[in-house]
Amino acid sequence: MSEPSKGSTSTVVPSETKSAGRKPSSQEIAWEEKTLGPTLAKSPERQASFTTISNYPIRRLYTPADLPDWDPQRDLGYPAEPPYTLGIHSTMHRGRLWTMRQFAGFGTAEDTNQRFRYLLSQGQTGLSTAFDLPTLMGYDSDHPLSEGEVGKCGVAISSLADMEVLFDQIPLADVTTSMTINSPAAVIWAMYLAVAEKQGADWKKISGTLQNDILKEYIAQKEYIYPPEPSMRLVIDTFEFGVKNTPKFNTISISGYHIREAGSTAIQELAFTLRDGLEYVEWGMRRGLDVDEFVPQLSFFFNAHSDFFEEIAKYRAARRIWHKAMVERYRSKNPRAWALRFHTQTAGCSLTAQQPYNNVVRTAIQALAAVLGGTQSLHTNSLDEAWALPTEFAATIALRTQQIIAHETGVTNTVDPLGGSYFVETLTNEVERGAWDYIQKIDAMGGMVAAIERGYPQREIAEASYRYQVSVDKKEKIIVGVNDFVAKEKPLETLQIDETVAHRQADRLRKLRTERSSDEVSRRLAALRKATQGNDNLMPYIYDAVKSYATLGEICDAMRDTFGTYEEVAIT
Amino acid sequence: MLDKKIRVLIAKPGLDGHDRGAKVIARALRDAGMEVIYTGLRQTPEMIASAAVQEDVDVIGLSILSGAHNTLCPQLMGLLRDKGMDDVVVLLGGIIPEADVAALKKAGIAEIFLPGTSTQDIVEFIHKSVVP
Repeated sequence: MSEPSKGSTSTVVPSETKSAGRKPSSQEIAWEEKTLGPTLAKSPERQASFTTISNYPIRRLYTPADLPDWDPQRDLGYPAEPPYTLGIHSTMHRGRLWTMRQFAGFGTAEDTNQRFRYLLSQGQTGLSTAFDLPTLMGYDSDHPLSEGEVGKCGVAISSLADMEVLFDQIPLADVTTSMTINSPAAVIWAMYLAVAEKQGADWKKISGTLQNDILKEYIAQKEYIYPPEPSMRLVIDTFEFGVKNTPKFNTISISGYHIREAGSTAIQELAFTLRDGLEYVEWGMRRGLDVDEFVPQLSFFFNAHSDFFEEIAKYRAARRIWHKAMVERYRSKNPRAWALRFHTQTAGCSLTAQQPYNNVVRTAIQALAAVLGGTQSLHTNSLDEAWALPTEFAATIALRTQQIIAHETGVTNTVDPLGGSYFVETLTNEVERGAWDYIQKIDAMGGMVAAIERGYPQREIAEASYRYQVSVDKKEKIIVGVNDFVAKEKPLETLQIDETVAHRQADRLRKLRTERSSDEVSRRLAALRKATQGNDNLMPYIYDAVKSYATLGEICDAMRDTFGTYEEVAIT
Repeated sequence: MLDKKIRVLIAKPGLDGHDRGAKVIARALRDAGMEVIYTGLRQTPEMIASAAVQEDVDVIGLSILSGAHNTLCPQLMGLLRDKGMDDVVVLLGGIIPEADVAALKKAGIAEIFLPGTSTQDIVEFIHKSVVP
């Protein structure tokens, strides 16, 4: 059980004061002999070894002996200054709280618009859109493969007409919106920009986040359409378009969330996500973009799992790695490119179907880790999400959880309250080192696209995920209400989404296809199809197609014609 | 009697890409001595039924986290009946609301395993249900 996760560099063996180059003080040695020794002789510890939820070894005690070369000036610096360990803003949450951004989406655009407006009325400060699977896969709601999936795990958006309804009465000039969309990200973004334009919002001023992270789709979430090469072209097209037209918009949210949900360790989440980030930077540079211009528009997205300190160490290490890479690898001169900004979501995979009210507690603790780790934006999961999409009741408690942390706990009163803790600093160093090991391994494979093609990150994650399941089955890891403290209980009331959503969507699409100018749609789609065969930036073509009310499916099909589709080799 | 391995098809119907559960189960059943075939992602009920016939499986394990189970499961069960595969044991895992369980069982799903189920419970269920 004490075996460190693969790729990590464990420099200290747990429970041993004098291990691996550690030079404890004479007082520490005396403590071990006189105080600890007799205690252990009388009452041994509960376990032979202690590990994080990622199976990373944790020692009994951390002291200055764990930080022999530690230099607070160099390793922490000051807030908003390199290496950003303490956070990227000089006043952090004293100046401005994180954005409370609850991920929401179900049914039709009308249903989700209502939920958006409800959440904003309850004090939520940003929007985050969940799309249904047909939308994520670039199919219209009336495509045969969409059957049974329309509006089920997010909102169904098939055309600009749906997008107009989704943001009806929501001023895009004032509200920032995050959109969890990847393969068809350019299309959905074009729809969003068209709505903004219609509302009279200035593109130069609007802000929000497009997930647009195709690499983690191949690695973990698996909602890909095209092969890696053309997919990366689309991503870089959005970067280039964003630099010119929407300087305040995050054109990507490089996501570890899904990597973690797929079963990775914390170190793997960190390493694969940051290596993905470096891959995007390199592809952007190859396009001829200026690092100091486009990198400030790249943002990140991490998971907040249950192992409190491991998560905090992960966020702190992330900032340090990104700064180092930007300055040393890419010679960036712009501090805005050095500072890693991130959104956090509490761990969906930690929610239990059993005793679901316990999930409120789990989520609160995970959210606290994100806040202490210096997050810029946060989604807290609802208690009923191991059963279904959240009800309004459950979603409200999730939002209130953030408000309680923000306004009642006092953790926002100072910057990085845990900075300087021997344990937190040691763990931050170790997590950082473990991540660099992985990053270098992937460098040696020729980068992330090459690593994905040989199934490397996928295999590492599957391995970690299976190891975790085995440890839960063996009760080496306890999950309250699942493999211990089990109780019978009443079923929960959950949100139901029926097939009328699909019918309403099909009707709307039928109407749209008769009302729009089919000549114009064909012309725009033909222009896009032609552009896919050359080297032009595709965003303007996609935007024109969207404006003619070509559907998501039609636009994605036009690109499928040239790009083809991707099938993974399944690894089990 | 010849010791024949239990043959299991693990399948991901629909558009859902969440394959963590499917992969863990595939490996756990393999470790328990079964012959496991994993279809990979985004299989239609037709593809799954054909694979079940072709591979002559005793068990089909479906993993659905997208909410499309009420549509996809009855479709698959109908296709299996048409192909004379009535005796195959069909199991379902994923995000399945309690309210849907009765109808899914009525459609012929032998058992529904919710998040938190131990892999041993699934192995035991299969051993109990598959008539050698």
